[in-house]
Amino acid sequence: MSPKEYIKREPLMPQPATNFIPERDIHKSPVIECRNLGIDFGGLSAVSNFNIAMGPTEISGLIGPNGAGKTTIFNLLTKVYQPTHGTILLNGVDTHNMTPAQVSQAGIGRTFQNIRLFKDMSVIDNVLVGLHYQIDYGLGTSIFRLPRFFSEEKKAREKALELLSIFDMADMADTKSGSLPYGAQRRLEIVRALATDPCLLLLDEPAAGMNPMETEELMENIVRIRDMFQIAILLIEHDMKLVMGICEVIGVLNFGQLIAKGTPDEIQSNPAVIEAYLGKQKEE
Amino acid sequence: MIKSVKIKDRIEKSVLTYISVTAVFLVFFVMNMTGALSSKISGMLVPICVYVVMALSLNLTVGIMGELSLGHAGFMAVGAFTGTSVTMMLSDSVSNSAVRLIIGMVVGALFGALIGFLIGIPVLRLKGDYLAIVTLAFGEIIKSFFSNIYLGTENGSLRFSVLQNNLDLSEENGKIIIEGAMGIRSIPKTATFLIGYILVMICLAVIFNMIKSRTGRAIMACRDNRIAAESVGIPVFRYKITAFTISAAMAGAAGALFGNNYSSLVASKFNIDTSILILVFVVLGGQGNMLGSIIAAAALTVLPEALRSFADYRMLTYAIILILVMLATNNPQFRSFFEKLTGKLKKNGKEGGHES
Ligand SMILES: Nc1ncnc2c1ncn2[C@@H]1O[C@H](COP(=O)(O)OP(=O)(O)O)[C@@H](O)[C@H]1O
Ligand SMILES: [Mg+2]
Repeated sequence: MSPKEYIKREPLMPQPATNFIPERDIHKSPVIECRNLGIDFGGLSAVSNFNIAMGPTEISGLIGPNGAGKTTIFNLLTKVYQPTHGTILLNGVDTHNMTPAQVSQAGIGRTFQNIRLFKDMSVIDNVLVGLHYQIDYGLGTSIFRLPRFFSEEKKAREKALELLSIFDMADMADTKSGSLPYGAQRRLEIVRALATDPCLLLLDEPAAGMNPMETEELMENIVRIRDMFQIAILLIEHDMKLVMGICEVIGVLNFGQLIAKGTPDEIQSNPAVIEAYLGKQKEE
Repeated sequence: MIKSVKIKDRIEKSVLTYISVTAVFLVFFVMNMTGALSSKISGMLVPICVYVVMALSLNLTVGIMGELSLGHAGFMAVGAFTGTSVTMMLSDSVSNSAVRLIIGMVVGALFGALIGFLIGIPVLRLKGDYLAIVTLAFGEIIKSFFSNIYLGTENGSLRFSVLQNNLDLSEENGKIIIEGAMGIRSIPKTATFLIGYILVMICLAVIFNMIKSRTGRAIMACRDNRIAAESVGIPVFRYKITAFTISAAMAGAAGALFGNNYSSLVASKFNIDTSILILVFVVLGGQGNMLGSIIAAAALTVLPEALRSFADYRMLTYAIILILVMLATNNPQFRSFFEKLTGKLKKNGKEGGHES
């Protein structure tokens, strides 16, 4: 069910989060596939030889120490950076000549590690920008305030409010987004990304700066979003409880290299991972 | 509980702006009709409208789109020369001067939009300071262009030359319109305060209606965070050039009104000083604050004249008033005072049976 279909549904009831993990659906055609993806920054290889494929309703995690290249991979997938080698296939389509805006329209939604909201705009306006392509009127219609403007705006606002209500944020709709508390800003970024009707959602450290209670809630909501919208979610996160709790597959990155891939259990017992990442954490 | 900052509804603000502009217009219009205004003040009514529109137009670029343009007088020049040339050419065929002026302003706006679009293509790919400097250069180029062209009509056909007057117009049928550095001369004054007011209102409506639409949101999203805007699929360049073109069109229309208000028009008027003056209106009035721009533009156009009687203290008073305007429009205390005021209006309106 796409977000569009979902929001047509009658009033959104808070659903209990299901921890239902579907069978890995990778054998269906993957929503995203990276082959030998890599990028160099002035001779320095930030990411190299990155290969993944994600099923259309999979929740996957990307972990690794700071500076490992996780955010860089998101920037490659969304074409903020142009890969120096390798291929990205989004629903089987090569994205090499797409702009970031086109990649978004082709179905990748994302959030940012260092929050990037439209901070002088209200919460609902942030979501409405996400709904841009689902609002159907032109500049002339809005300047002359033709009837179509009002009907389309009304429809869009309703959609936006329903999306906000996923995170119980509908009552903050008219608040200036820059004045929201940190956790709420992160949630708003997710709502804005969802508004673009993506088939793949990239979350860059969604729990950063959240307290344990908020993180718990976020975990449930990430699963709920996947279940409701039937989309793939790839997330970067340092909170191991979150990653191990909801990801079906985890990739571990170190110095730009994927050093391990597998289920949470496999990752936790992988010696290379323990050395590169978990081991370090225990020492601290 | 989390302290939340509510954003004032822009509809609210736009209505307030329409009403105050109209009220002030009516007062001065009536005073002008009854001869209660000195000839100096009544002669400034049209220029005030022109500068108000210029300030609104630049505020769209600076406040809403978030790019600094230092060449806005260039678009005004485009509108002034094309618009005034058209009204001059139509002086025989169209007898109604208001109709002629409106045609001139439409032509000025169209040429302004065209030049804005063409300049926008290279300029809007730049960022920040680079963009500001390049717009400054384009403004100067436009000014020099209009100081060096010759345009005339003969038997209904256009004659045009650059750098030198090679028009060879015949004595009886020829008519020179633009004459190089001397510009356009013996222009019939067709500009009126009423048409100036209408132009201000049209520009206000276009800006306010655009801000509160998907286009306006996309433009402001690009301003607030370009990368995030791209991440939700907004083609940043396309929306920037849309805003820039509209802004240039408004400047063009204002230029045409300006050109038709004086008996002569020279390109040197549209220099960097004028561009900076318009920018001062915008900065003083507050970026993105349309009513502020209007107040600043009107006040700073009238002031230098009104202060002549202060003689020695003229510049001092001017500076003090500048600071006061800045405080009134940008100071948080002043702002919250005005917000409370409008908040009360809102409440009163709601008691009249208006829900949500
Ligand atoms: N635009 C850039 N130019 C140069 N180096 C970069 C750039 N972006 C990221 N890097 C480098 O790439 C490496 C990976 O960074 P990043 O992907 O942000 O790590 P993380 O895994 O913490 O998200 C770092 O060494 C960083 O310095
Ligand atoms: Mg990172």
